[in-house]
Amino acid sequence: MAQEDTNVIDQPEVVRHKMVTIEISGKKYEVPEGITVIKALWHTGQEVVRGAGCLGGFCGACATYYRTKDDPKVRTCLACQMAVEDGMSFTIMPPFPARKALYDIRSLKDPKQDLFNLYPEAPLCRNCNACTEACPQKIDVREGVWKAVFGDFKSVSEMFMDCVMCGMCTPVCIADIAPNLVALYVSRAQGAHFTEKPQGLDTRIKEIQDGRFNDEWKKVLAMSEQELADHCATVK
Amino acid sequence: MEIHALQQIVHQTRDARRKQTIPKFSPADRDRLIHQYHPDYRSSAYRPIRFGPNAGDKTVVELAALLEGDSSIQEHIDLTPQYTTDVLVVGGGGAGCAAALHAHATGAKVILATKLRLGDSNSVMAQGGMQISVAPEDSPVTHFLDTLKGGHMQNDHELLKVMVEEGPSIAKWLIELGVLFDRQADGNLHVKKGGGSSKPRLLTCSDYTGLEIMRVLKDEVLNQKIQLLEFCAAVELLSDENGQCTGAIFKDLDNHRHVVVAAKSVILATGGIGRLHIQGFPTSNHYGATGDGLCLSYRMGAKLDHIDTFQYHPSGAVYPEQLIGALVTEGIRSEGGHLVNAKGERFVNELDTRDVVSSSIIRECEEGRGIRTMSGRVGVWLDTPLLDAEHGPGTVEKHFPAMMMQFERFGIDISKDPVLIYPTLHYQNGGVKIDANSETNVKNLFVAGEASGGLHGRNRLMGNSLLDLMVFGKRSGLTAASRAGSASQGKLTVNHLQRFRADAKKHGNSSGVISPMILPAYTRREAERTVTN
Ligand SMILES: Cc1cc2nc3c(=O)[nH]c(=O)nc-3n(C[C@H](O)[C@H](O)[C@H](O)COP(=O)(O)OP(=O)(O)OC[C@H]3O[C@@H](n4cnc5c(N)ncnc54)[C@H](O)[C@@H]3O)c2cc1C
Ligand code: SF4
Ligand code: SF4
Ligand code: FES
Repeated sequence: MAQEDTNVIDQPEVVRHKMVTIEISGKKYEVPEGITVIKALWHTGQEVVRGAGCLGGFCGACATYYRTKDDPKVRTCLACQMAVEDGMSFTIMPPFPARKALYDIRSLKDPKQDLFNLYPEAPLCRNCNACTEACPQKIDVREGVWKAVFGDFKSVSEMFMDCVMCGMCTPVCIADIAPNLVALYVSRAQGAHFTEKPQGLDTRIKEIQDGRFNDEWKKVLAMSEQELADHCATVK
Repeated sequence: MEIHALQQIVHQTRDARRKQTIPKFSPADRDRLIHQYHPDYRSSAYRPIRFGPNAGDKTVVELAALLEGDSSIQEHIDLTPQYTTDVLVVGGGGAGCAAALHAHATGAKVILATKLRLGDSNSVMAQGGMQISVAPEDSPVTHFLDTLKGGHMQNDHELLKVMVEEGPSIAKWLIELGVLFDRQADGNLHVKKGGGSSKPRLLTCSDYTGLEIMRVLKDEVLNQKIQLLEFCAAVELLSDENGQCTGAIFKDLDNHRHVVVAAKSVILATGGIGRLHIQGFPTSNHYGATGDGLCLSYRMGAKLDHIDTFQYHPSGAVYPEQLIGALVTEGIRSEGGHLVNAKGERFVNELDTRDVVSSSIIRECEEGRGIRTMSGRVGVWLDTPLLDAEHGPGTVEKHFPAMMMQFERFGIDISKDPVLIYPTLHYQNGGVKIDANSETNVKNLFVAGEASGGLHGRNRLMGNSLLDLMVFGKRSGLTAASRAGSASQGKLTVNHLQRFRADAKKHGNSSGVISPMILPAYTRREAERTVTN
């Protein structure tokens, strides 16, 4: 386990990967086994502009359909979070023109009722479960749509905390619902209207307005560099 | 050896380690450690910038080349604007969205242009939380002092005071917009303790704080019908005859055409530099973190601050290969996760500041106590199963769902197996120098968020960035909007380029690269044979 070299930062890769054959949008390419789907695109010489964002599994820009060897089932993944394997075929999902309702979250009078005006299609869910199967974040999307319709906003906001807004649940919906947008509305309404106001926060804001910390500020800001450093050292 | 065999030592030593307390380093030891092992002190990685507002100042060679780089814009270009606006916001992360929303709320006309989609940014990835002094035993002054200490006393006091004092009202604004911060049983905001902070002060939305804030802000930008230009990368700024900022030129990445936007003021919220892979480090940053705002401002004559210091987050994933550089949230250490070397020993107080923890990890690895993966990378263990052992089964899954899922995709259960980590290039501590309204020394050019500098000194404290974005996004937006009424649209020229190019020529020409970079060159060309990270 001991190290021979002192510079550990610029280590060359020791192991060369085995090459595998994959299919990108219908064309065959050879790439090193185990690299991510995004890296496979770069490896095969493609410029990626649409289709990559955070590269960390959080933004949903890289929504991708894929199929593994001999499996008829087309699955979904985030291309930056998925390793390629031999015989895999995939294609990046183009942006889908789902309708987003516009609202002013702060001035809603009856958010639970407003849901039906903003997204009248939400109660028309036909329970096909395609959205849940399409979700790369493993959210029970179908259940979330029902909970929204039945007014259980709290559960929806908890269930969809993992939602990266990749939109893969929308093209599959036979009732033209955009479950992620419904859930976003519901979660915001939950936060803005149905969550207790934190008392301590208001107290702190008022303390600052009333100048409760002014004396301490005056003392700290008048200190010399050395005094300030010494003072910082006492803060534990 | 296979990774599973190597990690046995972590399981074997867990119980013994739980009884230990590791004291923090004394100030002298801490300085010695950082000078010897922190990448900021590798002098071979640095060189002086040859010309421009920071001529003579040292920075990393990767950034120096871009700052001295030439513009893609020629001086005879047609500058007839396609769009005209009061406030032009460049960048669709947290700072950009906050700036656009606050400017829009005053009635100003706002355009938000961004390189990728709205929200594709570093901001969506923030997991650890946001520092705001809301707890009764805490105060803005304590927040100020903690931050100063973390920043090696180099922080701009005025900026810092503004940030800590406006924090609580920012939390209120976000809650009113529907952001779901974690709560205590009594309804108050739940606060966690972050590295380098003396009081629990981190507001969180499980480990999706940035994502939750960004989902809400993006939705709000759309609801307010703020005009968006997506897949538009700023490639040059515009100036009038007095050198004041009057707009920007973009490249539309879909059709490769130029888009000229005339604006009474411009807010650059273009984020950080991780994708420059300084000193060969992997990065936790998003695809577009290429320091564009620094280059654009620099050519206009804006001064930069603290651009010789970068934050290497202690815990970037080293294994599996697919996650290299990805962040393993500091929250794990906040909740008591140990760092463990190949001998099964702890070697640093895990809650010390990032520069200290990173330096000590590099020390362990350079002195031969690191763990080497099959692909030749080196790291140390982060004992994640310890959290379940300490706080009960299911803790990791409940508190870190995002991270559980990330590793699960590659067959690793982090509640059972420790993860291998090494510092990853994470944050640009400095940036374009700004005043308390987020304005640079170039009139009507504002910079907000990670692209700006001064506030964080030489080392940003965890959780302070999200607050920075919201506070200075707001201040830049409000100040820029307040000028719209009285000001008239200035002339659109690229005269500053003439000045810049003349200056370059005097000092032996530009570095030969075209900046800004826009996107990293990961696409493999014909001749190359290796895979980039
Ligand atoms: C993985 C990770 C975890 C983090 N965790 C935390 C945390 O827990 N707490 C915390 O406080 N901080 C955290 N940080 C730091 C914090 O998230 C960032 O510093 C912050 O999000 C930066 O916000 P920003 O708005 O300045 O830039 P970004 O959010 O990066 O946004 C920049 C935007 O500008 C766009 N852009 C760039 N160049 C151009 C151009 N030329 N033209 C047009 N648009 C352009 C980008 O595409 C992007 O949309 C984390 C960072 C990372 C990477
Ligand atoms: S709920 Fe829909 S948008 Fe959200 S992650 Fe799942 S598939 Fe993507
Ligand atoms: S895809 Fe549409 S119809 Fe099917 S379960 Fe989901 S929301 Fe309902
Ligand atoms: S690029 Fe953001 S989730 Fe993959």
